[in-house]
Amino acid sequence: MDSAHVEEVKKSVRTYIIVFVALMALTVITVAISTLHLNVAAAVTVALIVAAIKGSLVAGFFMHLISERKLIYATLILTAVFFIFLMFLPVSTYLDSVVK
Amino acid sequence: MNIPYTATARPDTGLYNAKLGIWLFLASEVMLFGALFSSYVLLRVGAPSWPHGYEMMNIPLGTANTIILIGSSVTMVMSWASLMMKQFSKYKLYMGLTILLAVLFLVNKYFEYSAEFHHGRFPSTSTYFAIYYTLTGLHGLHILGGIIVNSYLWGPGAKMWKTDPQRFTNRVEVAGLYWHFVDLVWIFLFPTLYLL
Amino acid sequence: MSDNTSHSSSPKQVEGVGVGTHVHVAHEEHVHERSFIRKYIFSTDHKVIGIQYGITALLFLLFGFTLMMIMRWQLAYPGEPFPLKWLAALIGSENMPDGIMLPEFYNQLGAMHGTIMVFLGVVPLAVGAFGNYIVPLQIGAPDMAFPKLNMMSYWFYFLGGVTMLVSFFLPGGAANSGWTSYAPLAVIATTGQTAWLIGMVFLITSSLLGSVNFITTIIQLRAHGMTFMRLPFFVWAQFVTSFLLLLAFPPLEAAGIMQLMDRVAGTSFFIPSGLVVSGQPLPYTGGGSPLLWQHLFWFLAHPEVYVLILPAMGIVAEIIANNTRKPLWGYKSLVYAAVFLGFMSFAVWAHHMFMTGMGTVISSFFQTTTMIISIPSIIILTAFFLSLWGASIRFTTPMLFALAFLPMFGIGGLTGLPLGLAPPDIHLHDTYYVIGHFHYVVAPGTLMALFAGIYYWYPKVTGRKMSDLLGKIHFWGSFVFLNGVFMPMFIQGLAGVSRRLYDGGAQYAHAQGVLQWNEFMSVSAWLLGLAQIPFIINFFWSMKKGKKVEENVWQATTLEWAATTSPPLAHGNFARIPEVYRGPYEYSVPGAPTDYLPQNERA
Repeated sequence: MDSAHVEEVKKSVRTYIIVFVALMALTVITVAISTLHLNVAAAVTVALIVAAIKGSLVAGFFMHLISERKLIYATLILTAVFFIFLMFLPVSTYLDSVVK
Repeated sequence: MNIPYTATARPDTGLYNAKLGIWLFLASEVMLFGALFSSYVLLRVGAPSWPHGYEMMNIPLGTANTIILIGSSVTMVMSWASLMMKQFSKYKLYMGLTILLAVLFLVNKYFEYSAEFHHGRFPSTSTYFAIYYTLTGLHGLHILGGIIVNSYLWGPGAKMWKTDPQRFTNRVEVAGLYWHFVDLVWIFLFPTLYLL
Repeated sequence: MSDNTSHSSSPKQVEGVGVGTHVHVAHEEHVHERSFIRKYIFSTDHKVIGIQYGITALLFLLFGFTLMMIMRWQLAYPGEPFPLKWLAALIGSENMPDGIMLPEFYNQLGAMHGTIMVFLGVVPLAVGAFGNYIVPLQIGAPDMAFPKLNMMSYWFYFLGGVTMLVSFFLPGGAANSGWTSYAPLAVIATTGQTAWLIGMVFLITSSLLGSVNFITTIIQLRAHGMTFMRLPFFVWAQFVTSFLLLLAFPPLEAAGIMQLMDRVAGTSFFIPSGLVVSGQPLPYTGGGSPLLWQHLFWFLAHPEVYVLILPAMGIVAEIIANNTRKPLWGYKSLVYAAVFLGFMSFAVWAHHMFMTGMGTVISSFFQTTTMIISIPSIIILTAFFLSLWGASIRFTTPMLFALAFLPMFGIGGLTGLPLGLAPPDIHLHDTYYVIGHFHYVVAPGTLMALFAGIYYWYPKVTGRKMSDLLGKIHFWGSFVFLNGVFMPMFIQGLAGVSRRLYDGGAQYAHAQGVLQWNEFMSVSAWLLGLAQIPFIINFFWSMKKGKKVEENVWQATTLEWAATTSPPLAHGNFARIPEVYRGPYEYSVPGAPTDYLPQNERA
């Protein structure tokens, strides 16, 4: 293993620590905001945004997605599309329903 | 007989087999937990009333578990980084920590469930608790699975470091990807069930 | 030594494959005899696993078909004692007192026929058997990417199958709420339903392990020169199918877990509030949604029907190209159509739910996507038909089945159109029309394609051909009687006869005019059963007595025929990993010395 590679990994370690601190901060923030007892729509929006940021940090840096291959991105984008279908279409049939 | 690209990457895809395999598996897990989240949405939207998470859940304990799990994600990636830097003893340390934190998470969940049962809150009590127990239960099973795999890689599986270090490092990377995913699910589970 | 370690005692193995690389240089030094168990029971060789899947699936197909042949007695002669006394005795008096089928038992037969045929029969045969055996060979790989996972996928399938079979012996018998297991009925059903759910968990696990393996193998283990656009269409079909299995099954797994929770832990995921059964309020807190089950079930079950058809299309493609001695028409269109079909299959599922009270906006969405998804199917079928134009057709046994597939799938597909539009679906939903539609696609459709595949690849697996005479008898019998069973269903459905009626509609005024078809269909079904006997005999007899043939008996271009022996070498398939120089269907190339140019032959 050449030293350049080891250096690369050492830099990543710094990144991991920074990401960890950010995740801790975001955790505190999300719990703090929940104590405000916002209305459901606002609470959901904020909570999901914070969770999405946290998730992106874990995925991007711990899972190295930020420098991953096209093939992996393609698989994940495809999955994301189907995930969106799964999340939105069933509840849409409920919202646009002739019987309640 | 030799399967190509188990240890080194295939040039045109840039991936070794297990890395592609684990991402595919994680894609299916996104759909699995996604279905449960979708069910949560449908059940909550269709319910005449739905309790707030903060009315029902032990938020300090949940927050502690969140910190524990995120911490274990850091130790997991550090264990892989240690192998990349050829520091096997550091690997053992970080992997060991990862396993301990995971066990701690489950211990906390045990206390949480016990308290909830003590208060007469069972899966059958309401759809809120039904989805709570199912989501956290399935997630907990995934944690258990991770503990088993990681323990194997810490213990008997670590012998491969001597015979095929590249392949062993890949195994730890792949196990790490699974572990981070379990953390990722919790990052969404926690606000959904505890805070909203 | 396990099959996929990269250690070797001799010169370092070449990681990856170069031109004509000797992949198993070290093989000679590692000649160790495996035990019978490691060689044939717990094998990690994709060929052995493919055969395991194949035999198991064929047995399940036979069993599922037998269940239907028993049901069809009740449909033809409702309330009449079963004529085969020994079988009635075996089935027992709780199910058939005095040989007369109880409605509860009819429901078990119905639910299990569907479950077994779809999940234990067709998919394991199409994907587990054909996919496992042929894909690594066609891409020039020594095995699948994860041989141990492959072995595990078979054994989870086996476990799931055993669980399903054992459920017949539980108190109350097997699952009896349809293969669709709708809540709330399935939640309050007898114990067999719990076994069904557990069995499904095993089967979904098997499927997951398999699909990860297939996708990784096809992406990572293609031989040098085998670009994606040089893949045989069969491999593309398996590739898309694996993505469907990977991403569509998990929601059903989640739903299965939730239904198990409802049944075992008293949750109300699918139980609405205030449900009263037989005059008694159900002891559930309620607040759940039966429609939630339907959404999650159909999210899988719609892509599942494309899992049923795509491998069959792949098989038909191979056989048509080979037996027309010309390239398939529109290879690129076929590939893009298959990929688009796979993608769209995730966006149409609620066309199974038009009658659940959804509003016009969301209904229009699903009608639109359903109409759009018919386009790729039409493109694929048209390309196959066009491939016959100007062809030198060899009417081999596999080709007969492949040709028959075309109009049969056409009928199946076309009859789906009124079901995919909400207004006609009002009349046709849950009638025999639906049963006719989907059986046409799967039985005269997929099943015929699978038979075609068996006749086609049998010489590769065994080194011997199946008898053509028995094959042709099997073909004509099957073709005629399949139509005899399923065509009248459209008539009954249009008359409004509901499905899942244990007496075939005998009690309904609107059914009286079409009831006579029941006997006709039942006789066709029993004759169809007889028509399978030549196949069963042929299958086993030919193993020892079939005509021995050369390794590329069909003079095919694809690697499984051109680059390896029949059967292929036990470890690693190829003496030398092939190098690929051209596309998969270079038949009748002008100026070439033979009417076929194998993919691995240098110009």
